[in-house]
Amino acid sequence: MLMIQDLLKKNKAAILERWFHLILETYPANTAAMMRKDKNQFTNPVGTTLSREIEVLFKNLCEGSQNEKCQSSLDSILKIRSVQDFSPSKAVGFIFLLKRAIGETLKNEMCKGAVMDEWLEFQSKIDDLALQAFDIYMDCREKICEIRVNQAKTEKEMAFRMMERMTTSKEKKQKGED
Amino acid sequence: MEDVSKQKALKIDYTLPIKSWMEPTVEFRKGTYGYPGASKHVNYLGLPFPREWQPTDKDWKLPENWKEIILRGMKDRLGRYRSFRLFLDICVRCGACADKCHFFIGSGDPKNMPVLRAELLRSIYRRYFTLSGKVFGKLAGARELTEEVLKEWFYYFYQCTECRRCSVFCPYGIDTCEITMMARELLNLIGLNINWIVEPASKSYRTGNHLGIPPHAFKSTVDFAIDEIKEITGIQVEVPINRKGAEILFITPSADYFASPHWYTFLGYLLLFHEIGLDYTWSTYASEGGNFGLFHSADLAKRLNAKIYSEAKRLGVKWILGGECGHMWRVIHQYMDTFNGPADFLEEPISPVTGTHFDHVKSTKMVHICEFTADLIKNNKLKLDPNRNDKWKVTYHDSCNISRGMGLLEEPRYILRNVCTEFYEMPENTIKERTFCCGSGAGLGSDENMEIRLRGGFPRANAVKYVKEQYGVNLLTCICAIDRATLPPLLEYWVPGVEVAGVHELVGNALVLKGEKERTTNLRGEPLTPSEN
Repeated sequence: MLMIQDLLKKNKAAILERWFHLILETYPANTAAMMRKDKNQFTNPVGTTLSREIEVLFKNLCEGSQNEKCQSSLDSILKIRSVQDFSPSKAVGFIFLLKRAIGETLKNEMCKGAVMDEWLEFQSKIDDLALQAFDIYMDCREKICEIRVNQAKTEKEMAFRMMERMTTSKEKKQKGED
Repeated sequence: MEDVSKQKALKIDYTLPIKSWMEPTVEFRKGTYGYPGASKHVNYLGLPFPREWQPTDKDWKLPENWKEIILRGMKDRLGRYRSFRLFLDICVRCGACADKCHFFIGSGDPKNMPVLRAELLRSIYRRYFTLSGKVFGKLAGARELTEEVLKEWFYYFYQCTECRRCSVFCPYGIDTCEITMMARELLNLIGLNINWIVEPASKSYRTGNHLGIPPHAFKSTVDFAIDEIKEITGIQVEVPINRKGAEILFITPSADYFASPHWYTFLGYLLLFHEIGLDYTWSTYASEGGNFGLFHSADLAKRLNAKIYSEAKRLGVKWILGGECGHMWRVIHQYMDTFNGPADFLEEPISPVTGTHFDHVKSTKMVHICEFTADLIKNNKLKLDPNRNDKWKVTYHDSCNISRGMGLLEEPRYILRNVCTEFYEMPENTIKERTFCCGSGAGLGSDENMEIRLRGGFPRANAVKYVKEQYGVNLLTCICAIDRATLPPLLEYWVPGVEVAGVHELVGNALVLKGEKERTTNLRGEPLTPSEN
């Protein structure tokens, strides 16, 4: 993978910029403009999280260390996209945009024989990342359901505690009478 | 081999189709809307057009003359509220507010930009109430009022928590929250409301509190609290209820005495009042601070607010002390005087312990508990052991209604610095006047609306995550009952490992009571570590 790794490293900035741009295009134009412009992590948490975490993903993909190291970055991004107005495929689909970003940035280099083979192999790594992303997306969606259930339980927590106390004191009283 | 860039797989167009904001299209997906008000509650309050319907239904069973009702309602409000007409007229769409809304930041939906959300209503105003709109229509930014517009109103105006962060940044001082309020009033004229507003309002009206807890059950919860306090501290506290002739009436959200983690704040209040020997009373008639009417209409807010003052009159108290609540304080600070004031049958509040005159509330006669407690601490009237809160690394969330709604910024921080040893602020553009909303206020806090809440609460949670990573913060404190109910699920999703508490829970932990036994646990029943004890 030497040739493609070298190419990806050399063109990292351009590829990441393109990938970020393509991800922002999944949002309405006004939103994308704000997310691109504002670099503050607190006033633009979505844009800054995306740009920070895709860099980590790209680095790990290039280094071939994708599973564990990508987990936290995917989690940060997918937590956001799981609650935004995206269908499951659109929420996870941002991974595939990396293929397009690389393809567009390196279109002249990629069609050369040896690089092409490596590129196809690299694409399957991106596919693996997308599958990992889908697992995380499902975890996020399940978490939302769990939170709803937990909230319902919390609402009754005090009532149950009081009932428990009443039952205990009633039992104590009965034992005393016996 | 074919050029890679020409492969079909790389040619998928991911860009969204460009649509004009003027086209009203809303998709009601589960998780993104609150259920409509149940007709029994709408009926109880005597509100118009009670019926069973769902936003996902094609037919919303609108009254035949719905359009006429809305336009008449708009005309009436334009005449009654100068601010409403002004806010509709003067916006120059500069965009200063656009990226300040937590719902826009979290969702990326442009119609969550305050300016665009307001345009949804403003476009109708132009079409029916301005000459340019009547003549030039779309060219002048005017739209016809259609059922689709109505559905869009319902979707987006119940996606605003009325937190007023946008208003802080508006160079013209437009309070977009009040535009949401007007839109909701209009929607309510034709029975388009949500249950998590109508039901709590109806229950507050009927039983005195939004949870519908009747007086005898209220007494039971108080007895339960007395038992818990005795177990933890060895002290038997007195909790007067409906006591005529008390000096002070204490009002707090009902969640404080029936929900978790609010409960521990409730214990904190009781310990504090016991320690200073406060001559006060609780009320079962006015057993709710939260005014859910505010999220419905000025009329309903007024009706619920009146209960507090009529109870103060009936009990013959001198003044009112208010607990850790959010929108109760917005109503008291901004609207009470117009609704039901001035409360001239009450006396100007004076702390019975320190003698401090709370002359800033001369008209409403209602003091915030953080002002009251901060004054006690400032005058060395409380013995505090902040090490009892050593379990916590604390940060503080400025609840919107109290920070922006009434300007109470420093008192809670002053208290926290005195009752715990590790207190860390979140970044400055996320606190005080610029605080990010919990994302669940103004009636949005129902579980069916969870996705919207998680989107809207993301900017808040993101700042909490930062202090967790930087300083190891594990407790988010706040002084609003809605916050205490809705921040735990928010943090469970975005920042697991951070818990939520009221400020007076920590006061209750730190407070060294005369005659208490050696404390081994905090108010949550969790053991104090040896160093804390």
